[in-house]
Amino acid sequence: MIETQELTRRYDKAAVVDAVSLQLPEQAFTAIIGANGAGKSTFLAMVSRLMPASAGRAFVDGLDVATTSGDVLARRLAILRQDSAVTARVTVRDLVAFGRYPHSRGRLTAEDRAQIEDALDFLELAPLADRFLDEISGGQRQRAFVAMVLAQDTDHLLLDEPLNNLDMRHAAGMMKLLRRAVDERGRTVVAVLHDINFASCYADHIVAMRDGRVIAEGPPEVIVTPSVLEAVYGIAMEVVSVRGYRSVHYYR
Amino acid sequence: MPALANVALMRLTARPGLALIVGLLALLAAAIATAFLTIGARGRWDFVLAFRGTKLAAMVLVGVAVATAAVLFQTIARNRILTPSIMGFDALYGLIQTGTVFLLGARGLGFGDPRLAFAVEAGTMIVFALLLYGWLLADGRRSLHLMLLVGVVLGAIFRSLASFMGRMIDPAEFVVLQQRLFANFNAVRSDLLLPTCLAVGAVLLVVARLLPRLDVLLLGREAAIGLGVDHRRNVFLVIVLVSILVSVSTALVGPVTFLGLLVANLAYMLLPSYRHVHVLPAAALLAVVALVGGQLALERLFALDAVLPVVIEFVGGIVLIALLVRTGRR
Ligand SMILES: Nc1ncnc2c1ncn2[C@@H]1O[C@H](COP(=O)(O)OP(=O)(O)OP(=O)(O)O)[C@@H](O)[C@H]1O
Ligand SMILES: [Mg+2]
Repeated sequence: MIETQELTRRYDKAAVVDAVSLQLPEQAFTAIIGANGAGKSTFLAMVSRLMPASAGRAFVDGLDVATTSGDVLARRLAILRQDSAVTARVTVRDLVAFGRYPHSRGRLTAEDRAQIEDALDFLELAPLADRFLDEISGGQRQRAFVAMVLAQDTDHLLLDEPLNNLDMRHAAGMMKLLRRAVDERGRTVVAVLHDINFASCYADHIVAMRDGRVIAEGPPEVIVTPSVLEAVYGIAMEVVSVRGYRSVHYYR
Repeated sequence: MPALANVALMRLTARPGLALIVGLLALLAAAIATAFLTIGARGRWDFVLAFRGTKLAAMVLVGVAVATAAVLFQTIARNRILTPSIMGFDALYGLIQTGTVFLLGARGLGFGDPRLAFAVEAGTMIVFALLLYGWLLADGRRSLHLMLLVGVVLGAIFRSLASFMGRMIDPAEFVVLQQRLFANFNAVRSDLLLPTCLAVGAVLLVVARLLPRLDVLLLGREAAIGLGVDHRRNVFLVIVLVSILVSVSTALVGPVTFLGLLVANLAYMLLPSYRHVHVLPAAALLAVVALVGGQLALERLFALDAVLPVVIEFVGGIVLIALLVRTGRR
């Protein structure tokens, strides 16, 4: 269970996340949408204790992230950053193996190794597993970081723009994978998405942010409507229904 | 399937390969140490061995300390160019020593138990290093340029403060001080061998427990926190360890920490592994080989024995530039 109470982050008095109180549904896929600078990454960073909150609190499974020890949280929650820069010269498999650190502290067991190979396979990285991170493409690197998050094997997955750099095939594959994590393994997935159509087709719940506040939340049927989306993004949107899913047209 | 078989083969051979490299380095270091103890020895063996043994022990201690300090520092700085010496650590230690003489006179250095004096200097060093560098390194988002700038500026400030105080010190006392501040393996402070050995041993014990965590720190602040590693606390711990190691090497023979930059980078290039369990021993052994081998060659081949630090900086600098250019091109 992820819950926030008046969670706030200020820079010089200006709140970029402004008293956000949310209860995210358990064992469901939540998409967070909003324009650039709306505060989505800041919100996720505070929930995952990468950034201290200026005010308010965040809880994971009832544990206050500000006071719970880091390694306890690392076994309950994994986070993918929007821009994961690693300067160390490690291979894809090394990186994914780091995901097992909260469980094995660097001493990999047979089970750890199986999980690592699983995560590599899930993201179609097996052929690249022994390449160094600076020898693969941006989309491949993104998948490697997601594989590391999966290998961490936590109940909660927070993903900041997991579709960054991915082509259509891998983007759809990523969404199916996250959906399966929810449906088959009972995980709670929270992902920041800029592609509203993916959010509409895959998410159970959508949270729309603007200027640091949550201006709407609900299932796709409620959020993916011209009036809500125009309030979120400030441009005209046309919503059509394709095969039962709401789809947004805004290209021109 | 051949690809899979290849992968399996690579993974099978990966570990023995690393162990082999480290093993060979250990053998090389042992051979050079033996040569250093025995070649050209005349007269009474017990005397020769005791004399050379002291020198050898100091070089091994200094080598291990310098190499470990460099690798640890580069891990928390996430950069392979910054070292404690570039960041002004040994200048800071020199300033602390000069400050001691300035305030207490040369007796401040020689007075009382040298082990106590060493402990006080190392303690002061730890406190100042945490204050000066803690904020810089714990943030994890600072740019290389800012870190370099801070290092260069702090180093310059420490050195000029030290030389300013040096001018005001009584000339006789200044001579004593100067012996401390320039690297010299022929004036090893044997009274400090035991305490520094204990200090390095204690640091290595802590490092051994930290090994997997150090690997995680390589990923940077946010990934480390995500994996449950308390980044701030561990960076502070590493600064403490580095401060002790720099104090040890500087107290024993003077500033030689440039060597760290060289052996750390050699170790990274030699080993196909980022893991500290491989890199740290390799760098330490390389440092011992460079120090003992260099001293041996200078003493026996050229009959020059006071210039090792100069030679190491000169040769090391050239080797390093060559390596950097080569990896840059690859
Ligand atoms: N260090 C900082 N100082 C001042 N303002 C900051 C700082 N970091 C971020 N901000 C501001 O905080 C706001 C929220 O940033 P955040 O990264 O959370 O946005 P986002 O919703 O993730 O946007 P994007 O879709 O572009 O990733 C932005 O307006 C940004 O300019
Ligand atoms: Mg963002």
